Amino acid sequence: MALKPAQKALGPIRRSFAPWLDPAAVPLIRFENVTKRFGDFTAVDDVSINIHQKEFFALLGPSGCGKTTLMRMLAGFEAPTSGRITLAGKDLAGVPPYRRPVNMMFQSYALFPHMTVAQNIGFGLRQESYAKSEIEARVTEMLRLVKLEGFGSRKPHQLSGGQRQRVALARSLAKKPKVLLLDEPLGALDKKLREETQFELMDLQQDLGLTFLIVTHDQEEAMTVADRIAVMNHGKLVQVATPGDIYEQPNCRYVADFIGDINILEAKVASVQGGAARLAVQDPTAEISVAVSEAAPASGADVAFAVRPEKMRIALEPPPEGAANVLKGEVWDIAYFGDWTKFLVKLDGSEKIVRVSRANMARTEAAPISWDDKVHVWFAPDAGVLLTG
Amino acid sequence: MTDVLTPDPEAPRAIAQAPDASPADVGGGRWKRAALIAVPYVWLLVLFLAPFFIVLKISLSDTVIAQPPYQPVLDLANGWRGVVDWWNGLDFENYQILFEDELYVASYLSSLKIATISTLLTLAIAYPMAYAMARAPKSIRPTLLMAVILPFWTSLLIRVYAWIGILNPEGLLNQFLLWTGIIHEPLYIMNTETAVYIGIVYSYLPFMVLPLYSSLEKLDETLLEAAADLGSPPWRSFWQITVPLSLPGVVAGCFLVFIPACGEFVIPDLLGGSETLMIGKTLYNEFFLNRDWPVSSAIAVLLLLVLVVPIAIYNNIQAKELGGKA
Repeated sequence: MALKPAQKALGPIRRSFAPWLDPAAVPLIRFENVTKRFGDFTAVDDVSINIHQKEFFALLGPSGCGKTTLMRMLAGFEAPTSGRITLAGKDLAGVPPYRRPVNMMFQSYALFPHMTVAQNIGFGLRQESYAKSEIEARVTEMLRLVKLEGFGSRKPHQLSGGQRQRVALARSLAKKPKVLLLDEPLGALDKKLREETQFELMDLQQDLGLTFLIVTHDQEEAMTVADRIAVMNHGKLVQVATPGDIYEQPNCRYVADFIGDINILEAKVASVQGGAARLAVQDPTAEISVAVSEAAPASGADVAFAVRPEKMRIALEPPPEGAANVLKGEVWDIAYFGDWTKFLVKLDGSEKIVRVSRANMARTEAAPISWDDKVHVWFAPDAGVLLTG
Repeated sequence: MTDVLTPDPEAPRAIAQAPDASPADVGGGRWKRAALIAVPYVWLLVLFLAPFFIVLKISLSDTVIAQPPYQPVLDLANGWRGVVDWWNGLDFENYQILFEDELYVASYLSSLKIATISTLLTLAIAYPMAYAMARAPKSIRPTLLMAVILPFWTSLLIRVYAWIGILNPEGLLNQFLLWTGIIHEPLYIMNTETAVYIGIVYSYLPFMVLPLYSSLEKLDETLLEAAADLGSPPWRSFWQITVPLSLPGVVAGCFLVFIPACGEFVIPDLLGGSETLMIGKTLYNEFFLNRDWPVSSAIAVLLLLVLVVPIAIYNNIQAKELGGKA
């Protein structure tokens, strides 16, 4: 699956791939106000999403947020209580799963234990009227694609977890589905293999030109593979955006908090002037200045200022002259990760702890920051985002 | 019935690791292991092999009007001579009789036929039952299971007698059918082979339902979803996924029905007519009416040999299955 460098000239394609910004583009999959209730429980609550051709789309959220139900409705295993799902303009209501041009890779892989690897991969093809030689050729091609040549006659239980995952992937790709659904596809793999497979999945998706819809609770996985991410919570869609936007421009506290590490300072807007605002932070009492967009909240509004640890600076000595938003504190805890270090700083005059991370660019340091050190923490006005929701 | 098709992948590793887990108690562990393995062997020896050899010995003896009704009898009072006399007194005469008299061959063949047909009938009835039970809501499954086992609480004899009351020309079935007007003459089911089939299928149904249920209940439903996702309609998924994965249950159920049905005595005796030949009934007649212990023992030994063949084939298949997994 790993492509040769010569083949991998996808930079410009990927960089300009944003059909969701084009109002004329027709989405491949449309969820229109889809709601699913199981008894009293609302699993999916009025969700509308458009997914475009060749997009790698991720549904991200904690377990029980409705992301899997949403995917199962597209596969045909559940019917929406209300709303509509269309694929290539065709309403999918009433179309049974075995007639839908989508294939799914199951979280448990769901390989047929009584069939060999080759029979598993060829299962979907055998359901259609393909010639035997055609099926064999396709199975061989799929085995090569997932680098399992020579494993065709094995049974699933004779394979390792990673190999089973590849068989499941090959089986779901064998019929060249319009959309490939991936339900937590890498959950059972260890970290190294998972990272490797994430990149392979991306290359594969680019290579085959298919539309992938992945369900995951792992935000790193979603950020790595997806063109766009839909963050869900309690059955509701919270934000749909590119990984960069989700991380840098979260639209509410939930997304900011769910994705990555973040410091949230509760504040009141003191004044707004042009593109800048002064915020009165409540705990500890301090005033900070932040950059705001045109749709800034009015003075006196309750807001939260969210700033990522890596966008804050930390030092023993005071920051250079003119630095905005300087807070003082004491190092509470240190977590050393090798490539970077995270400092937990207890702010003076408060119980509030902020997280500041710093890349370890040099191997040694003359005066390293240590436990209980008095430190300065500061950030630029545009380092964080103002959240109202 | 072991789960042939979905073994725990971790199991062989766990076994392989066990010996080197703690070198200190390897010596003691070996004895413990031997003792543990000995238990089932002693059990088989005492409760299966010993009675079998007694029956085998009687089958090689001659009939006499005495107590016991056969000879030679091992007389250890005469020392070694007694043993030699005893050994010389054994012969295969009774087996010869079994092959020469058509009654016995016909009984064996008829038993095999009746057992085969009733096994297939039982399978046809039990499969949908077990399937429905395995797909029923989890909360009512124990109740359904109980309903299958419940008839065991009444003696088989009484239940078979009850069928006489149902199948009689004046029985419940005929009364009902006459009342509805479907028939105008009572059906003569009693004392025919049909009655024997009804009796066997009824009596052995739980033995088929239980192994089928246990293999169907284990079936992972995501496999059926995966099959549907790959374009297989439900009826095809049934043949492609459900049936192959329930085969261990089918095989186990068929053996549990076929083997006792072959030697069945009570049901053909009570429900069947005089023309229904079954080896169990013939054996009974030889033993209790003719008091010919040696011939009836020979019948029993031959029946065992007849039944050992399919069991050996089955074991062979299963061993290959397991060997292929290694």
